[in-house]
Amino acid sequence: MKKWYEYLWIFSAVYLLLGFFNILFAWIGLICFITPLLLSILGKGKIYCNTYCGRGQLFELLGGKLKLSMNRSIPAFLRSKGFRYAFLAFFLTMFIVMLFSTYMVFAGARDLKEVVTVLWTIKLPWNWTNTSMVSPWIAQFAFGFYSIMLTSTILGILTMIFFKPRSWCVYCPMGTMTQGISMLKYGKKVK
Amino acid sequence: MKKAAVNRKECVACGVCAKTCPRGAITIFHGIYAVVDEKLCIGCRKCEKACPASVIGIVEREAAS
Repeated sequence: MKKWYEYLWIFSAVYLLLGFFNILFAWIGLICFITPLLLSILGKGKIYCNTYCGRGQLFELLGGKLKLSMNRSIPAFLRSKGFRYAFLAFFLTMFIVMLFSTYMVFAGARDLKEVVTVLWTIKLPWNWTNTSMVSPWIAQFAFGFYSIMLTSTILGILTMIFFKPRSWCVYCPMGTMTQGISMLKYGKKVK
Repeated sequence: MKKAAVNRKECVACGVCAKTCPRGAITIFHGIYAVVDEKLCIGCRKCEKACPASVIGIVEREAAS
């Protein structure tokens, strides 16, 4: 019988759809940021990636079972430590920029922008949801956070198609961080 | 007889190999890299094909001493 955690791909798929329905659901995605970090800090290694990551499972399903992957080897530079850390640095920078925009709206220096930006350049108007029940900064964070989640999903789907299903895992910033934390904790045991 | 060998320096510890292994011979060492239990590995190549980083190879076992 399948275990409950083998269905977490449903969570990831539903999360992406909920963002189209109401952008405020984007906040739920923080679970995918906090859980893996917490687990590795608590000494569980990469158990999140290994067992619970819904996005990884979704790529396995689309690329594996549904055969949407060309199953080729990933170019060596994409799996190099240099690229992985550079991508993590870039990702964190974009995250901080997003937090800054949220702060500017919170401080009243900027107006809420009802836009989802994919691949850091393409701005999609996203103004069909009523976000007036929350403070503008809460909505601004949702737009920014959903932009990050959607962008990384698009990148993951592209590398899933061209390389192996879970190619995203090779350069996933969360994975790079949890592996880094694990190395800091247990690196001395490495033979 | 052949066996799977992981390039530990480039392994991203994603765990795809461990999930794929029909013998349960692979574990992720503290979230750092994959380790193959040579006693269980039968060299079937499933992990080699599944590894998203392509850092698993199949090598000849050294003759038992």
